[in-house]
Amino acid sequence: MKKYIVPLAVFAAIGGLLMYALYLSMTGGYSPRDIPSPLIGKSLPAFTLPTVADPNRKLSREDLLGRAYMLNVWASWCVACRQEHPYLNELTGRKAVTIIGLNYKDKREDALQWLNGLGNPYEMSVADQDGRFGIDLGVYGVPETFLIDKQGVIRYKQIGPITPEVWEQKLAPMMKKLS
Amino acid sequence: MTAVAVFPVFAAQVTEDPVERQVLDIAKDLRCTVCQNQPVSESNADLARDMRAIIREQVQAGKSRDEIVKYFVDRYGDYVLMKPPKRGPGMIVWMGPLALIFVVGVSGFVFLRRRLRPSLPPAPPLSEEDAERVRAARKAGKADKKDKKDKKHKKDKT
Repeated sequence: MKKYIVPLAVFAAIGGLLMYALYLSMTGGYSPRDIPSPLIGKSLPAFTLPTVADPNRKLSREDLLGRAYMLNVWASWCVACRQEHPYLNELTGRKAVTIIGLNYKDKREDALQWLNGLGNPYEMSVADQDGRFGIDLGVYGVPETFLIDKQGVIRYKQIGPITPEVWEQKLAPMMKKLS
Repeated sequence: MTAVAVFPVFAAQVTEDPVERQVLDIAKDLRCTVCQNQPVSESNADLARDMRAIIREQVQAGKSRDEIVKYFVDRYGDYVLMKPPKRGPGMIVWMGPLALIFVVGVSGFVFLRRRLRPSLPPAPPLSEEDAERVRAARKAGKADKKDKKDKKHKKDKT
């Protein structure tokens, strides 16, 4: 009997680890698709991009310094963005947070149509048509949301849609600390 | 009869541009972050195409391979490398198999040595009495064999 103890213990340890990972992935605590961003704690990469509303107006990183905000990467072709959009409208509606949009690899007409049809939760959106700023941000799956502090430093990255749970449990407490 | 014309496309024709070859050589070591198990060189994902365009620009601007790889690591982290880096946690992946071979080798060596070690003392020399018995037994054994052989012979003949 004694000689089975070691293999049994090894089996239990591996099985336990797998069960734990399975549990985390089912409750949303872990996704193998999430890539940890090396940009956390670094300042937002420099950019100068036209706004979606007025292509002649350019916005850059420096214009946004001095306040904490959420930078939400979205596109009209992005299915999961449609899913989070009503909740973003709600957050802006109750003035919970300032959201700046990054319209990623999208056509301007499509973006405008989206905002007119579904509502505009963004204080403003900038257009990254060739996706270069997206690559600077390490964007690989839309929607992604960055929390930026007053000094323009990236403090958190949310991969995937913002749900009420994600907001209440992760983003809201962090935004409170930043502002 | 229908004639079927075959136009072979050789790999050399596709990559004959030396810059393109360099781009693909760098892109094959970078992970497409959307498709995750495909290198940037093989993926048709939009992002992979953009990444190839950036590599091409940087190659044309004279940047070195290391500089270009670092550009992507700075943005996407070590995850973007198809081969994990030989430092930090990446070392586990590289050294793990070697450590495993070492551990198995050492324990196998110890196990075999323990088994092969002579565990009985050498037999004491036979007493004269016993030697006599052995001789007698051997003689009897030989006679016995001869007897059997003879019997076999007879059987074969019949």
